[in-house]
Parts: sequence; structure tokens; C-alpha cells
Amino acid sequence: MSKHLIEVRDLKQHFPIKTGWLSKTMLKAVDGVSFQIDEGETLGLVGESGCGKTTVGRSLIHLYTPTAGEVLFDGHPVNRQNVHLYRRNMQMVFQDPYSSLNPRMTVSDIIGEALDIHRLFRTKAERRERVEELMLLVGLNADHARRYAHEFSGGQRQRIGIARALAVNPKFIVCDEPVSALDVSIQAQIINTFEELQQKLGIAYLFIAHDLLVVNHMSRRIAVMYLGRIVETAESDELNDHPLHPYTQSLLSAIPVPDPKLARTRHRIPLEGDVPSPLNMPSGCSFRLRCRYATEKCALERPELRDYGNGHMAACWNIRE
Amino acid sequence: MSTPLLQVRNLHTSFSIDSGEVRAVNGVSFNLERGKVLGIVGESGSGKSVTAYSILRILVDPGKITEGEVLFEGEDIVKYPPKKMRQFRGNKVSIIFQDPMTSLNPTYTIGNQLTEAILLHTDRNRREARARAKEMLTLVGVNEPAKRLKQYPHELSGGMRQRVMIAMALACEPDILIADEPTTALDVTIQAQILELMQDLQRKLGMAIIMITHDLGVIADMCDEIIVMYAGCVCERGTADEIFYNPRHEYTKGLMRSIPTIGKKSEKLIPIAGSPVDLLNLPKGCPFAARCDRAMKVCLTERPEEIPINDFHRAACWMNVWQVYEEASKGGDVE
Repeated sequence: MSKHLIEVRDLKQHFPIKTGWLSKTMLKAVDGVSFQIDEGETLGLVGESGCGKTTVGRSLIHLYTPTAGEVLFDGHPVNRQNVHLYRRNMQMVFQDPYSSLNPRMTVSDIIGEALDIHRLFRTKAERRERVEELMLLVGLNADHARRYAHEFSGGQRQRIGIARALAVNPKFIVCDEPVSALDVSIQAQIINTFEELQQKLGIAYLFIAHDLLVVNHMSRRIAVMYLGRIVETAESDELNDHPLHPYTQSLLSAIPVPDPKLARTRHRIPLEGDVPSPLNMPSGCSFRLRCRYATEKCALERPELRDYGNGHMAACWNIRE
Repeated sequence: MSTPLLQVRNLHTSFSIDSGEVRAVNGVSFNLERGKVLGIVGESGSGKSVTAYSILRILVDPGKITEGEVLFEGEDIVKYPPKKMRQFRGNKVSIIFQDPMTSLNPTYTIGNQLTEAILLHTDRNRREARARAKEMLTLVGVNEPAKRLKQYPHELSGGMRQRVMIAMALACEPDILIADEPTTALDVTIQAQILELMQDLQRKLGMAIIMITHDLGVIADMCDEIIVMYAGCVCERGTADEIFYNPRHEYTKGLMRSIPTIGKKSEKLIPIAGSPVDLLNLPKGCPFAARCDRAMKVCLTERPEEIPINDFHRAACWMNVWQVYEEASKGGDVE
């Protein structure tokens, strides 16, 4: 088996939550997630709010120290002690371009900060050149290096965030909902920027989003999360054409398609109720309370991911082969 | 022909701030018939929400309607005195806001907030109002309505809160429901539930809906007619099929090209270049000209009028004038 760039094995992230005086429960935000990402590849991670997709991204680059599980970069385990060595190769682009940039720093400082920390330049001129090069790379005007973040529009700010992530020449970037705060026309610009950078620099992405249309466009493979676990993963076209897990089926049918004729003929598979609280998860399969096919077995035993051919994996008891 | 339920005529709304006048809405006109669903699409800053707030006259200071009329059943509500306006809001036209997290008062129970509207607008007493509130919650699919009435907003999930908002808006059986991005803050599966609910209620109660959103998918799903807005102007209007399958304004075309669709993965998205216009200094010509890759000289100097494409479709783009002229000259009957 070839080595993967990123390998995540049974990652768990539990947060203690105070439930009363002296009493605590564990919020299992991520509860046993495994996946691999190859060099230059994009893995899409979709799910609704609260399913743990952002936590996966953050635990992966050790913004949180994982409760359990392993993250391997290029075959080497990453842990709390050595993570600083890997930060040069693993970067992150955040969701909100408004709060993820320091309002008191100029663009050249924001992008250059990573260069300073990792000592990636010899002279001041070299630093300035590198910052300008990065700004051009993501489609910003290099003359604006002395400006502050508030002087830019949302799309431009997201470009600053991308340039900052690229500063250290990473091999892998976690993109946490990088386009969901942007307008449609700007969204397309940023998506194209991500794609061009991947082609040019061969960067691998973990692309986290709730918008299936965007994820599908970006990724070769998609993993669908529900309440802290991956319930299905497949090649993106395969997932669209033949979703196996009932949750994925509902999710796909719920996307409003920008096509009136299709919208009239298509029928939704509605889901009852809301996502249960992760503090109070149902026994067995966590989706069973909203599932049309739920049986007794679903309440007793938790389904694990099973391969249904060509790397299409799903965790459900009721899939007929 | 009977008068439409709501007529908006040449509406101008602007906000005077220190650095000038932000012209958020610049001459919007439309008609809304009873029982129809009208969609208003546009990006942030296109003036779609301000249009809605102008209809209800709930603009935040310094926002002002500077010109135009809003006719409800033929009566101009812009001229209504405040007291009459209060009776109008909620009773005839009501609104659902985008964010269900912030549009409910956290210090009052759901029951309190629901009955308030009913007590204000109908002659029901407290007990009847409470019964009505419970009935409304049942209608919008909230389980255990009696228990919910005693709960506070923070005890409910986002989807539930949006249902409460809908119940509140519909409690007095308005003729028009304005939904301002009602599902933007919600997850897809919850969004599907809420949209389904709105369609269902619309059929049951026969009200008209103005659906404001930036999501073309939601529009395609819900609306009979669509208005596309850019920089406070209507750039294109028509039936859903016309707008989606035969867009005639460069901005609409750009929007359609910039959304990813399933099954066309290999195709690159074609974004609209540039960034949105500055509403403080609107250009003299077509507001979209600076971002339009087919802009001509005339686009920079003169604002295009809305030109009929066919009976169900109008667009404000000089390209169409050009096309009409070309077709006519081919036929040889141009003077």
C-alpha cells in the first residue's frame, strides 16, 4: 500500500461540559473518524451544523489536542510535542474572513507573520518580495500590502487568509467552510482560486463545508458526517448517483437545485425532527431516530463503515447489496 | 383587470450618512397578485431586504423612502399615519426575518410573544389568544405546543425557532407574507422542512409570499415569478422558467454560471469579475457595467430601461436593445 499524505486513524475529540455543580459529561464532538488524503487530492467533508466537521479539521492540525486516535503526516505520527515541525506543512483557512484576520495588522504583517515565525527569509527585501509574490498568487493587488484588513471586501479578505496559509509552502490545507460567508459570484472566484493553486502547487485539501454542491465541485472523494462519525464515504460522482446511507439520500434530496423544472418533478425525502443533542445520543445508530428504515437492530448495535465496492463505504444496517 | 394586491411603484429608499447618501433602492417597481409567490434574488447589498423593509416601513434610522408609492389594494401606505401603519403591519403584511436566533426576544416566553401579536390585532381575549397560539404552533409542525408556549427561545433549536417565527407571522392571517432569507441560517435538511411547510401553508391559506433570498436553488423551488436585483435596481424579471432557461441580463447569466451544479463537475465555474458596486457613488450608466464583460459604450453613459423580451419576461440590459435592432434589420423593416 502506498503511503498517504495524511492519515487519520480513529480520531476522537471529547469535550468536558459542566452539567451542574461538580458534575460533568463528555460531549463527543468527534467519535472515531478515520480517513486518508493523498498528495494533491481534495477530500470533501460535509455535514450539518454540530456534526463535528469543524472539530475534525481543528483536531487534525492539533489546534485541539485529540482525546484519542492518531494523525499521520507522510507516515509519521503527529503529536503535541512535535506538531510545530508539521505546522509548516499543514495550514488552515478559516470560515469567517472577518474575524480570522487581526484588524490591527497590515496585510504584509498578516501574511509575513508565518514567514517570521518559521524564519523563511534572510533579508527584509526577501520577505517583502515573498509577501508580494503570495499576494499576486492569490489574486490580490501587491500594492495593497500596507493596508489593513477592514479596507478589503469579504472575498479579498478570504484571499488574504489563503495567502497567509500558503506562506510556508504547505503540502496540506484544511479549508473550514472557506466560501460559506461569501456571495455567490465571489464564491466562484474563491473556488477557482483554490483549484488553480492545487494545480500549480500540488496542495492537498480537506475541504469542509455544509454546501454539498460546492463540496461536490471541489472534491474527488466526499465523506459525510453525522453526529461525530463518518456515515458514508465515496468518490463524489458515485456519492451523488448512488447514495447508500439514508442520511446521505435525504441530504442530497434536500439541496434546492437551481432548475425550476427539475424542482417540480423531484421529490424530497424529508427528515423528521432535528439533529439530536450530542450530549444525549441515541443508542446504536445515531441516525435511527430520524431514519425511515430504522429497525430494532439499529437501536442495539452501532453500524461500522463497510465497503460496498470501489471504496464506497457506508455505515448502515439496512443497505441491500 | 382587477388591481393587484400589492403594487410597488418606482420605490427609492436611501440612507443619509455622514459621507453621503447610500442609495439602497433605486426605482423598484413590481406587482404582486393574490396567492402568488414572488422571488427576489440578489447578492448582499442589492437592496432586496431594504425593499421589503420599505414595504412594511420598518427601516432603521436614517433610512427613508425618498420617492415612490407602495399601494396595498390601491391605497398608498407610504402616506399612512403611524397608528394606521401599526394596524397594517402583522395584520395585512407580515415578515419573517433571516435570523431566528436574534429575532425572538430572549426574555419572553414563546407563548408571550405569540399572543402579543394576536391580542394587538384581533379582538380575542387572553385565553382565546392562547388557544390560537397553540393552534398556530400545531399548524407549523411544532410538537408538544402546550409545553413550547411556556419555553424561552433559547430552549428551542434553530428550525423550531423559525417555525415559531412563521407561526407568529401567520397568526393574524396576513394577505402577504414577506420571507427575508427565511432559511439561510438553517441546515439543508431543516431548510427543506421549512420550505415544504411554507409551500404547504401557502396552498392552505392562499396568501401571497415575497421570498427574498440569494439562493437560486430556493427560488427555483418556490417561486412563480422572479425579480433579479443588482445595486438597488431590478435588472431582470419574469417567470421562473424564463429567468432560469432564458436569462437575458448579463448579471443573471453570470449568477447562473457561477453556481456549481451536480453532474457538471469537470466544468470550471465562471465567476463574475470584480466586486459589488459602491452604493454611495452609483455609476451613471448601467450599475453592472463595470463587472460586465460585454459592456458597450452606451452601458457606461446611459442607464438601460426595462425592455420586454416577451409577455412574461423583461430585462434592463442594452444587449437586448442591440439584439432587437439586429433582428429587425435582418428582416429589413428597420427605418
